[in-house]
Amino acid sequence: MILLAATAKIWYSIPLIVVVSLCYGATRHEVMSEIMRHSFKTAVWVLGFMGFIFAIVWLSGYFV
Amino acid sequence: MPEIVYHVPEGEPVHVNLKDQYWAALLAWLFPGAGHLFQGRTAKGLLFMICIVSTFVFGLAMGRARCVTATTGTGSLNYYFLAQGAVGALSFPAIIQSVKTSDGADPFWVLCERFPEDYANEKIRFHKIDQQKDVGPIPERTLKDGFMAPPAGPVFEHEADVLGMWHADYKHMFDLGVLYTMVAGLLNILAIYDAFCGPAILTEAQKEELEEQAKKKRRWL
Repeated sequence: MILLAATAKIWYSIPLIVVVSLCYGATRHEVMSEIMRHSFKTAVWVLGFMGFIFAIVWLSGYFV
Repeated sequence: MPEIVYHVPEGEPVHVNLKDQYWAALLAWLFPGAGHLFQGRTAKGLLFMICIVSTFVFGLAMGRARCVTATTGTGSLNYYFLAQGAVGALSFPAIIQSVKTSDGADPFWVLCERFPEDYANEKIRFHKIDQQKDVGPIPERTLKDGFMAPPAGPVFEHEADVLGMWHADYKHMFDLGVLYTMVAGLLNILAIYDAFCGPAILTEAQKEELEEQAKKKRRWL
């Protein structure tokens, strides 16, 4: 809970990830089901990338 | 532009009629999703409209209607506006306000008034005037924050000015507002492209090539 409270600003990224994924997916497909599938993959990819960077930054704290 | 037909692996081929591309692109810029609605691509038009307009409005609300300005306090172009202006009509008030305030006049749609830079009490210069509080005499000339108007008054490099007060008052919400409105504008550029050229659907040959590349990567791993 402390970590969630300390990183409260990160929650503002969620709406951005959703709209960016949807709009990006919409420029790659015309059928709604395919747009949604592509958007979901994009959102997972972005969240995974953010998680990877978070892990690097978090681990780097142990070496300082 | 003639109708484009996309062959999808499952189901019927998809027909996309781009109608008059140039009009569609112009409409897409003027209001997010309008270009697609003009082309009869209703679902995508509504998707773009909801996503982009809500992001812009949410960002504007977070920045208390001050985070979208066409010019800076010195009258030069606000570089953020290059992205924010891509949402079209939603950003027009910023241009109107910059023109209105370019010669030092007060903006339209005043949100609040502030103590001017030459106010006797230095501690409350550029602060919001709250008549409920006992802050001394209200000056005749005040600095006014307007809806999407550039910061009023002089610009200081190392001291507080109106822009500095916006950052102090709204903290991270001001920066998030700038970010959200810029992202909305950049997303509308994607929507304009889609209205002009249609969706960038991969052809079968491109898909096969990508699969080949993925296979090579897996072998390498």
